[in-house]
Formats: sequence, C-alpha cells, structure tokens
Amino acid sequence: MSQPDQSDRENRPSPEALLAAAAQERRGKLKIFLGAAPGVGKTYEMLLAAAQRRREGVDVVVGVVETHGRIETERLLRGLEIVPRRRVEYRGHVLEEMDIDAVLQRAPELVLVDELAHSNAPGSRHPKRHMDVAELLAAGIDVYTTLNVQHLESLNDVVAQITRIRVRETIPDSVIDQAAEIEVVDLTPEDLIQRLNEGKVYVPRQAQRALRHYFSPGNLTALRELALRRAAQRVDEQMLSYMQAHAISGPWAAGERVLACVSESPGSAQVVRQARRVADELKAKWSVIYIETSRHHRLSEVERDRIADTLRLAERLGGEAVTIPGRRVADDVLAYARSNNVTRILVGKSQRSRWQELLRGSVIYDLIRKANNIGVQVVTSEGKPIPPKNVETRPGGEPFDFLPYVVTVGMVAAATLIALAIDAFVHLPNISLVYLAAILFTAVAYGLMPSLFAVLLSVLTYNFFFLPPIYTFTISDPANVMALIFFSIVAVLTSNLTARTREQVLSAQRRAKDATELYTFSRKLAATNDLDDLLWAFCYQVAALLKVRIVVLLPEKGQIAVRAGYPPEDELDESDLAAAKWTWAHNQAAGRASDTLPGARRLFLPMRTGRGIVGVLGLDRDRPGPILTPDERRLLDALSDLIAVAIERVHLAEDIDEARIAAEADRLRSTLLTSISHDLRTPLASIIGSITTFKTLKDPVDPRVKGELIATIQEEAERLNRFVGNLLDMSRLESGALPIKRQVLDVGELLETSLRRAARLVSHHRVEVEVAADLPMISGDATLLEQALFNLIDNAAKYAPAGSPIRVSARRSGDRLQLEVSDEGPGIPPDHLERIFDKFHRVAADGDKRPPGTGLGLAICRGFVEALGGTLRAANRADRRGAVFTITLPLPAKTGGELEAGAPA
Amino acid sequence: MSKAHHVLVVDDEKSIRRFLNAGLAEEGYEVSLAETGSEAIEKTVREKPDIVILDLGLPDIDGKEVIQRIRKLSAVPIIILSVRADESGKVQALDLGADDYVTKPFGMEELNARIRTALRRRLQEQGAPPVYRCGELAVDLVRRLVTLGGREVRLSVKEFDVLRLLVSQAGRVLTHEFILREVWGPANAENIQYLRVYVRSLRQKLEEDPTRPRYLLTETGVGYRLKAPD
Repeated sequence: MSQPDQSDRENRPSPEALLAAAAQERRGKLKIFLGAAPGVGKTYEMLLAAAQRRREGVDVVVGVVETHGRIETERLLRGLEIVPRRRVEYRGHVLEEMDIDAVLQRAPELVLVDELAHSNAPGSRHPKRHMDVAELLAAGIDVYTTLNVQHLESLNDVVAQITRIRVRETIPDSVIDQAAEIEVVDLTPEDLIQRLNEGKVYVPRQAQRALRHYFSPGNLTALRELALRRAAQRVDEQMLSYMQAHAISGPWAAGERVLACVSESPGSAQVVRQARRVADELKAKWSVIYIETSRHHRLSEVERDRIADTLRLAERLGGEAVTIPGRRVADDVLAYARSNNVTRILVGKSQRSRWQELLRGSVIYDLIRKANNIGVQVVTSEGKPIPPKNVETRPGGEPFDFLPYVVTVGMVAAATLIALAIDAFVHLPNISLVYLAAILFTAVAYGLMPSLFAVLLSVLTYNFFFLPPIYTFTISDPANVMALIFFSIVAVLTSNLTARTREQVLSAQRRAKDATELYTFSRKLAATNDLDDLLWAFCYQVAALLKVRIVVLLPEKGQIAVRAGYPPEDELDESDLAAAKWTWAHNQAAGRASDTLPGARRLFLPMRTGRGIVGVLGLDRDRPGPILTPDERRLLDALSDLIAVAIERVHLAEDIDEARIAAEADRLRSTLLTSISHDLRTPLASIIGSITTFKTLKDPVDPRVKGELIATIQEEAERLNRFVGNLLDMSRLESGALPIKRQVLDVGELLETSLRRAARLVSHHRVEVEVAADLPMISGDATLLEQALFNLIDNAAKYAPAGSPIRVSARRSGDRLQLEVSDEGPGIPPDHLERIFDKFHRVAADGDKRPPGTGLGLAICRGFVEALGGTLRAANRADRRGAVFTITLPLPAKTGGELEAGAPA
Repeated sequence: MSKAHHVLVVDDEKSIRRFLNAGLAEEGYEVSLAETGSEAIEKTVREKPDIVILDLGLPDIDGKEVIQRIRKLSAVPIIILSVRADESGKVQALDLGADDYVTKPFGMEELNARIRTALRRRLQEQGAPPVYRCGELAVDLVRRLVTLGGREVRLSVKEFDVLRLLVSQAGRVLTHEFILREVWGPANAENIQYLRVYVRSLRQKLEEDPTRPRYLLTETGVGYRLKAPD
C-alpha cells in the first residue's frame, strides 16, 4: 500500500527544517529590538536587556551603541564593557565604526550592535552593518541589535507610501527571518510625539523639517501597525518552522486560517462570500483553492469563465486565490490545507446526484473523512451566483489547421514503408507497433483529433498492406480481426491519454506564462505611483499581449473621458461613447459583441475593485466579430483587476494627501484668524484712537502732543504694513509658487537695501555692519534675500533692548557665504531654537510681556533662504547674552574673482 | 514759480485719490483726478498735464497698456504707483516709458521728491546744467571732473561712463538693463555682474561707508538711482 507510506514520509521532519535548526545551534543567536520609528526607545530596551543578561553572568560587551546624548541611555551604558571603535578617515571626516576584528578577538558571549540598518564607511570590510552581524553570528557570538521597521526591504515601498519619505538604507528581510527572537519596542504615537517635542528623539539636523511631517500621528499609527504585524508574522513563521522541525503536522490552533474549495458550480461564489464572512469573524487569513483535474479541459467555456470569475471574486474580497493541478480533489485540498496550517475548510453543498456520487465518489465525504483535526464546513451554495458573461467570445484555440493532418498522412505513410521494409527481411508478428509509434508521435505533436485520424489511417493501411488477403480491405483470418480490433482500442486509448497529457502540459505552460506576465505587470504597477504612467503601462501591456487596440476611460468631473490608449491617438465616436457611458453607469460590459449596444466599434468592459467600478476600458481589433477568446478574456480580466486596484491606490493616496492638506490648512486658518484678530486690531486700535484724539484736541494744539499722535499713527500703520507683507509672503511660500529670479548679487547691496528699509525699526539701536573685503558676488533672488535679512533685523530690533548694538555681518567660509545678524537681547531658550522657525510660534518672554509680532517673520525667512538652497540657523551667542541668526548660502562654482575679471573695462 | 504744475492722478481707489488730491494741492500743484485707464488717456490729451501719477492696477485697461498709449500721444513724465514684490512689473513699466515708480504704501515726502525730479528733468532737457552737486559730491560732465569734498576722485573710463549716465538722469531710477545697454552696448544687456562690479568700485571711491551709500542707491530688483542734486 502506498497510502501509509506517503503519510509517514510527510510526517518525518523536513530536511530543510532540520538543517536550519542545526545551523541555529552552532551559530550565535540574533535578537532584534524592532521599533516603529526613531525615538521609541529601542537602544534603551536593548541596554536594559543586556544589563539583565550581565547580572545573569553572561559575558556582554558593547560593539557599537549610539546614545545620541540621551542621559538615561548613557547611564545604562556605564556598567558595560565597550570595545573601542575603529576610526575611519573619509573625505576629510573622521567616522567611527564598529571594530569587528576587535570584537571577534575579544569573543564575548553577547555583543550589542545598535542600528542594524547602518551603512558602514567606505573601505570597511562589509558595506553594511548587518553583514558584520552575520559574521559575528557565524563566529558563535550572540548579538542584540536594534532596527526600525521602515528599513526592511519588503516594507520600504509601503513605508514610503505612508510617509512620503523613502529610506535609503534597507536590509533584506532574510535578516529578520534569521533572528532567534524579536522584541517589539512599542510606544503609542501620542507618547512618541511628546518625546519628540521634549527633544528626546535624536534627529539629524538636515532632516528636521522633513521629520516633523514624518512624526504625524497618522504616520506613526501606520508604522506601529506595520512593526507589530511584521513581528507577528515572524512568530507565525517561527511556529511553522518549529512544527516542521518536530514533525508535527499542522495545524496548531494559534491563528485561524480559512480555505474555501471552489469548482465550476454556480454556487461557488456563495462559498467564497461565506469564507470571507467566516474569516472576518475569526480575523483570519483566507484562501480559495481550485483543483484543476483532468476534468477541467472538458468543461465548457461558460464553466471555465465561472471558475476564473470566482477566483477573481476571492481576490477582490481580500482572499488569496490558488489553482493547483491535481488528480483527487479531496487529497489535494487536504495536502494544501495541512502544509499551510489551515484550520477550517469551506465547501459548497454537492450538486451531484446519488447516482453520480456512487459512481465518482463525493468530494465532501472524502474531505470530512480524511480531515482529522481540520474543521470542514459545508455551506449552502444558494445565493447570488456570478452573472454569466454577456459578451460573445471568439472560438478559442487555434483555427482549423490542415498541416497536422498532412503530416499525419506522411507519418502513417512512413510507418507503412518502414513496416514493409522490416517485413521484407524479418517476419515480425507485431508489425502493428510501428504504427503505434506514428500514432503516439502525432498525439504528442498535435493532440487528440490528428491522432485519432492517425488511428483510422493506420488501421486501414495495416489492414491493406499486412493482413491477408493483402492489398484488400477484407480480412480472412478471424484471429486477425480480433488483433485489429484490439490494436484499434489500444491505439485510441494511448492517443487519448497522450493527447490529454499534452493538453495538461500546454495548459500548465500557458498558465505559467500568464502568471509570469501578470507578475511582471503587477511589479511594474507597484513601482509606479503616477496615474498616467500606470495607465500607459496597462494599455501597452494589453495591446502587446492581446494584439488589440485599447482605450481607458476614467471619470472626470462626473463624466467619463478617454484618459489613455494604445495606440494613443484614439478619440471615441458617438456610438462608442454611448456604450462606454452605459458600461460606466451599469457596471456591465457593452458595445461590440455584447448584448448591449452591439453596434459600437469597440467592446467596453468595466474595471472593478472590491469597492466598485473605477473606470472603463474599450477594446477594438481589425478582424470583425468577437474580439477575445475565452482565454484572452480571462487574462484581460486579471490584468484589468490589477490596474483597477492600482488606480484605486492612486486615488486613495490623493485622497489622503488632500485630507492631510485640508487638515493642515484648517489648523493654519484658525491660527491665522487668532493672529489676525490680534495683530491687525492692535495697530488699528492705536491708529483710530490717535486720530479720534486728534479730532478732539482744541486749538491751539500743543505741537508736542500733535507730534506724538502723528508718530504713533505712522508707526502703527507701518507695523500693519509689515504684518500684511508677512501674510502675503507666507501665502506665497505656502502656495508653493514662489517665483525665484536668480541674479548675480552684491552682498553689500543686500545689506544696504535691507538696512535702509529697516532704518526706522532700528533707530533706537546701534547698527554695526561688517562686510569682509572682496566678498565674491553671489547668485540669488534680491527681493527674497532682502526680505529675509529685513525680517532678521526686525526680529533683533524687537528683542534687543534699546541702545544695544545689532551686528550685521557678511563673510566667506569655504565655498559658502555666511550672513549673520546678532543682538544682545535675552537670547533664545535652548528648547525653542528650532521651534522659533515654526509658523506662529512665539517665545513668550516674562509672563505676557512679549514683543508684538506675528510669529511669521522667521518662518518666512527660513522658507525664502531654503528656497534659494541655503540654510538658516539660530543659536545663542557664546561670548555674551544674545541670539545670533546665520544664513548660509552656497557660492556659485564660478567665483567672484572670475566674474570681476570678466567685466570688460 | 509763475504757473502751478498740473498733476493728473490716476487711481481707482477713492481714498488714495482723496489724500493725493489734498497732499498735492498742499504742495501747490493743480490736481485733476481719473479713475480708469480710458479716462486717464482722455484727460492726458485734453488737459495736457505736466505729470501723470499712474496706478498700475486699473479696472478697465492694464496700467502698462495705459503707459504705451500715453507714450504714443505725449512725452509727459509718468510716475508709477506699484506694490512690493512686483519688481518685474516695475521694470516692464520703466521699459515702456514710465519715468519712475513709488512703492505702495508710500509717504508724501517720497512722492513729492519723485515728482520734483521728474519735472526738473523735463526742464533740464532744454539745457541741462553741466555740473551735478549733491552733498560733498560734484560731477562736472563737461570737464569730466569728479570731486568729493573738493578733492578730485580718479575714475576709470567705464566708471565715469556709468556715473555720467546716472548723473544725466539724477534722481531717477535706471534699470540694470538700461545702464548695461547704454554703457556696454546691447550685446551685454544681460551681464548684470559687470554693472555690480563697477557700482561696487564707484561706491568705494565715492561713498564714505560703501555699505550704507548716500549717493548711489540700490533699488532692489530694478536698478540704481543717483540721489537727486541739491
């Protein structure tokens, strides 16, 4: 009996699993502290765990740990032995890297290696730190390491889509699969944002602006879910590997998995829907399986369509669709179920009659009998079936071809000649075998019909040439009649069998080819985020695969309109447009070869996702009549599903963007309203107040009072003017349409004009100007730079006490120009150094006594400077009290000296 | 002054017209007002004003087109009222034949100074005084002599060419392109760095503090202006 044999083999530990376990035993163990984002406290957790291990007597050293100046972290580090880092010179910078040789030589039991995704300095042994870790593990040293989820290769795209920031340093997923243990260091988004605001999260300076966006609650929630899910997935994999290693055949009831079996029966759609409901309730993964037996090739096109549609339905509803070639449905389903840890199988109620069941057995009974610990649920298959296609298709397969029959005649003729030749020399009683060879060849090469034709020809020629009386079609010997009959039966059976094998091979090849096409296509789609590129790729792919012309119509302002096509010029005529609109409105095919508006030149098909129709595609081919064969139609359906999901993804991304922008705009609007009501009204109140006072003054007016009132009016009006100017600048920056007019500029002139504009503001201060001699010309926008400098001077004048000096200086520093505005005011609290550049951020001075202003000036200043490729930094002066703002601008490659030389005298 | 100068004020804002009317009348000008571009062109023809104050943003015709149309009919000086951050608009208006501009919001002192300069230039065209004097600086165009506080300043040929151009239109803004075209020729109209270099060296020779010049002033994004003579 082969049955128990087989199951025994299946239950033996798989060699791969044993090998992996053996490798794990000799190697060091990797533990990863996985976090959703920087700042959740991975390093801290790792050090805590390491300290615990040390107390347990384990020999722990620190390979590399970045504390980023966090005191709590540094304190933890104190008790641990640290292997000195290796210093690497690179382009004039000294970089510090983990000294892997020193660690190997020291050979501790456990080494701490922070930031697994780190890229080593050029010239190191390995380009990436995770390769260093692999070497340490291979040497039998345990490693603790930290990792942020966005560095995982497979999640890189997803993270980039969520956060709009692509992380360049990635590590392959296999690294996480090798980890013996993963600990997720989890922190709620609210806590993390608070930590960020308290300055407890290390952020590289140049990334600060970008990262503020990164740390939005929405992003953090999504990242956190990713991290938790990846770790959970790893746990599942670990369990599978444990089970395989210990020859426990599944399933373990840790997570539920649901499998639905479908067939060509119309009730299968109901089984799929039921499976989805069950899976939703159990919060389980679910799949749909179709076993493609030899019966598949005898199914009608309607039935094959139904199977394809059922599988697509499953994918649309979020399940995984699997097609497996097999012989016995129940056995194959169960084998798949066991190897994939399925806990529940759903199957539709049988539609076979008693008689059919007796004859061919019942899949359901077989399943239930052999399922052991897997639950089998028989669901009623009454429900809304998938509507049959309302589109005619071209007859499938190749058109009738004479060539195989001609070749067959040739083959049989050749067989006859060979047989005659053999017969002339030796007397062979089984000369009919020569014909069998010819029949087999035809069956392999051309399939069933030509091979049956070969059988017929062979029987006739064999009879004619070899059975006495020869050269007649009569047979004298009754024994020969029997032989001929058996020969015919054997020939028909073999040719049938061979032809069917050929059919299966061909269909497997076709499926493999389709699968490859679909896979490449879906990869291509995943890499594209731009709608037009997506559509173009789709149109090109469909046109190339199916040899058709295609247009894609998407909704635009409530109407559908042509958005892409291949070849691209296509415009729709009236009848085509009507058919397309009908398709869009009814979510059903229309146009040529369908039952709605068949007069149209094109056939229109809806592009759907789980949520509904997203667009319409139109097909056209020069040949008259139906456009697609059933196979082509199924391929097109699969492609169309992919593109529909991709289109929906783009729309979703746009929606999220819009929602984000709307939320930001909302916040800004409310702050703006508060700001305007205060900052506009205060000067207006002074102006109106002064003027009304002026009116009530009795002649003769005291010239001192008059002068004061007029000065107030003028100052407040100018303040109002600056505020409005700021609002305008801000809105220009926000709109993203900042016009930049680059020109060669003289720094001295910039200082001149900005100081001239600010003259009244700094009238109570001493202004010191220091411009280094022979500064080169710079390239920039005069208006923007003047405004930036003006805002800095305005800011200094606001905070520095009257009579104190304000210094404005310009000097060259390497290939950069530095413009500095420094004052002797109160300075900036250290935790505000970055935040003062936020819109509407104000440093509250003593109590409520803060200088008037809108909190826009510095934000604008930084916006302008960055738009010109420069940077703006705030700092406190080292030599005395006061703040210093530094604008750094790149100097053009062509330096001032050359410019000067270029001026013809 | 025997006869009061006639100023035509074109602006669609009533409050601006009102205060300009009052302020200019106070200065002794005869003022007439226009609300639209077409009215401005009509009044320029009919009333032959001595100077036109023109807002660039008018409801009916674009201010630049008004300049063009007036220029076809008359050489009357035009001063533009413009807004900050519209430097290219200012440059275009100057290229089309406007004489000068004032940026809104502005003070009356500034506008009055511009009007005086424009009117004086008109008079000078009949016979410009060959010597420019402003503070310590004196430039004698005929003798090619530049003195600062009585001491001669030696200028290179190109420096003098730039200065001469500025002196000949003293008090008026000259666009970068105009100066480059006049001094270096049309082929060099875009080579603004030439001009920046010469202005810097001129300032080093003429100004006490080159970073805070008193005579040769920068007009951001537009050009340079030599302070009007005393």
